Amino acid sequence: MTIFVKLFAGFRENRFKVAKREVKDDCTIADVLEQLGIKEPELGVALIDGRHVTSDQVLHAGVTISLFPKVGGG
Amino acid sequence: MNKIFRINMSNLTTKCESVPEEWAGLGGRGLTSTIVAAEVPPRCHPLGPNNKLVFAPGLLTGTPAAQSGRLSAGAKSPLTGTIKESNAGGTAAQQLARMGIKAIIIEGAPTEDKWYRLHITMDGITFEAADSLVGKQNFAIIDEMIDTFGPKIGVLSIGVPGEMRMCAANISVKDPDQKIRSHGRGGLGAVMGSKKIKCITIDDTGASKVPIADPDKFRAAAKIFAKSLLDHPVSGEGLPTYGTNILINILNEAGGLPTKNFRYGQCEHHEKISGETMHDTIVERGGKHKHGCHAGCIIQCSQVYVDRAGGYITSGFEYETIWGLGANAMIEDLDDIAKCDNLMDDIGIDSIEGAVLLATAMEAGVIPWGDGKECQRVLRDEIGKGTPLGRILGNGTGMVGTAYGLVRVPVVKNQGIPAYDPRSVKGIGITYATSTMGADHTAGYTIATNILKVGGYVDPLTKDGQVELSRNLQIATAAVDSTGMCVFIAFPALDIPESFTALIDLLNATYGLDLTADDVTELGKKILKIEHDFNTAAGFSKQDDRLPEFFSYEPIPPHNAVWDFTDEEIDEFWDF
Ligand code: SF4
Repeated sequence: MTIFVKLFAGFRENRFKVAKREVKDDCTIADVLEQLGIKEPELGVALIDGRHVTSDQVLHAGVTISLFPKVGGG
Repeated sequence: MNKIFRINMSNLTTKCESVPEEWAGLGGRGLTSTIVAAEVPPRCHPLGPNNKLVFAPGLLTGTPAAQSGRLSAGAKSPLTGTIKESNAGGTAAQQLARMGIKAIIIEGAPTEDKWYRLHITMDGITFEAADSLVGKQNFAIIDEMIDTFGPKIGVLSIGVPGEMRMCAANISVKDPDQKIRSHGRGGLGAVMGSKKIKCITIDDTGASKVPIADPDKFRAAAKIFAKSLLDHPVSGEGLPTYGTNILINILNEAGGLPTKNFRYGQCEHHEKISGETMHDTIVERGGKHKHGCHAGCIIQCSQVYVDRAGGYITSGFEYETIWGLGANAMIEDLDDIAKCDNLMDDIGIDSIEGAVLLATAMEAGVIPWGDGKECQRVLRDEIGKGTPLGRILGNGTGMVGTAYGLVRVPVVKNQGIPAYDPRSVKGIGITYATSTMGADHTAGYTIATNILKVGGYVDPLTKDGQVELSRNLQIATAAVDSTGMCVFIAFPALDIPESFTALIDLLNATYGLDLTADDVTELGKKILKIEHDFNTAAGFSKQDDRLPEFFSYEPIPPHNAVWDFTDEEIDEFWDF
């Protein structure tokens, strides 16, 4: 199935900002991270449609996920 | 730090007092709020002779502990009418601490129309005529002081809006690069203006080191503390690389980035104003993407933003300012936003209140939406010169709303609401509503837990757990604001247990104490209660702990969230 992935901050280095990706059905956030070569502990925040999800979240076809490393401000 | 200076502006006398026992364990916000609560009549006019302006370095300021160089300024605020503490980096805090000065209390007001510069040396404090500085803005004042006294001179100053006692006026503090940090929020520049003090200069020649009771214990704790700052991904990597502006994209993705004066939770041009774009722009142009606001800052969230030719535009370019001008006022060009930031430093207005009031002026039709050039003109030629329009704007978001008959006026206790929408990030809404300071994100930064998943996770879109989260953070922050530490130490402190323990050890080693974590929590509670009692005596009630009504009936996309706390739920905040 097809999903859309948006990457931010350091995750963009040598990767992309936004991309359409082919993934297997029942794929999770953790699977996407693996496909992108990102180690799970590096993940700060993952969002689907503006909602926080954990890395075991199963994805549906067509969703957009936003992935951030551990960053912050104030 | 064993001296308290009392400056009486009514009769131009100074007194050096020893520190009363009940103030000995206090510094920073704990001390400024205690002094203001004890000595300022709560119902006094904030610009009258009975208000006092208090400066106090934090408990650890002047020691080699990382991040400890912040100065607190306190008074009754002319913007909010509440008690106020605003802290800033720069060089002044460490200079005062090394000179043994625990606090400076400025009281009274001159009856004559003369302006003064206070000059602080190891011999005491003198009053110097400052009429030649009147009408000058902050960068010119700093340059003149450097020419007169050399580059090491410490400077606190106000621009023209401060002279004119506008409620958005801040107090500027010279930083190690001869640029500006600010006691931003709450109009403390207007209080300094009401005392007819244009500038304070600090010459610390002859100052010694801050005494440390147990140097070995201190060194050990300082090492663990610094390591925790560097080990935590937010303070060790995220902040130095992207600055606080990394938040633009996170808040945008989470639907909590207030856009076009709080109409929407996402902004179409977010990428143009994001921390990632800013980082790339700075690197490409040869600016500095990491930079500290005082000596001893190892996090370095600040940066030097330069133009295409590499020339300085601004530094300390914060997320809140960029949000306020970029998303909330719809300005798409980061260079224009940076120039506004520089102008706000120069004329001396709070860059949060300034950004929020400019968007409100756009709502009023005074400035076209997104017009960054016109914003620069308005800052420089209207607010900066105190024209009639400039005075309406320079008195803050609430004043603009009243002057133009607006309903969508984002303020709590008349202070502009910063960069996180309270409908879609509900914990921060509780902080805005209940903070003793008026709308203030730093008072209890629930974004850490609501959005960034630091210190656990509380879903930003539901009400569950938000009051408790905000309460715990506000208590901890009141204590941290007393140490002189920059608020970003909270990221490691929330996640790494040794970090918080090391902070307490630093206090114990410096003063020869045996404080525990519970004592620190008690200190935070005590400070909040002192501040809350002051506000109550000043005429505030729980009915003031509310957000503007429009948040309850204007749903914010994309989540179409509204502010849905009942009054009773909000009031539980004070159950401690
Ligand atoms: S981290 Fe940022 S705010 Fe804190 S002391 Fe350093 S430059 Fe200043």
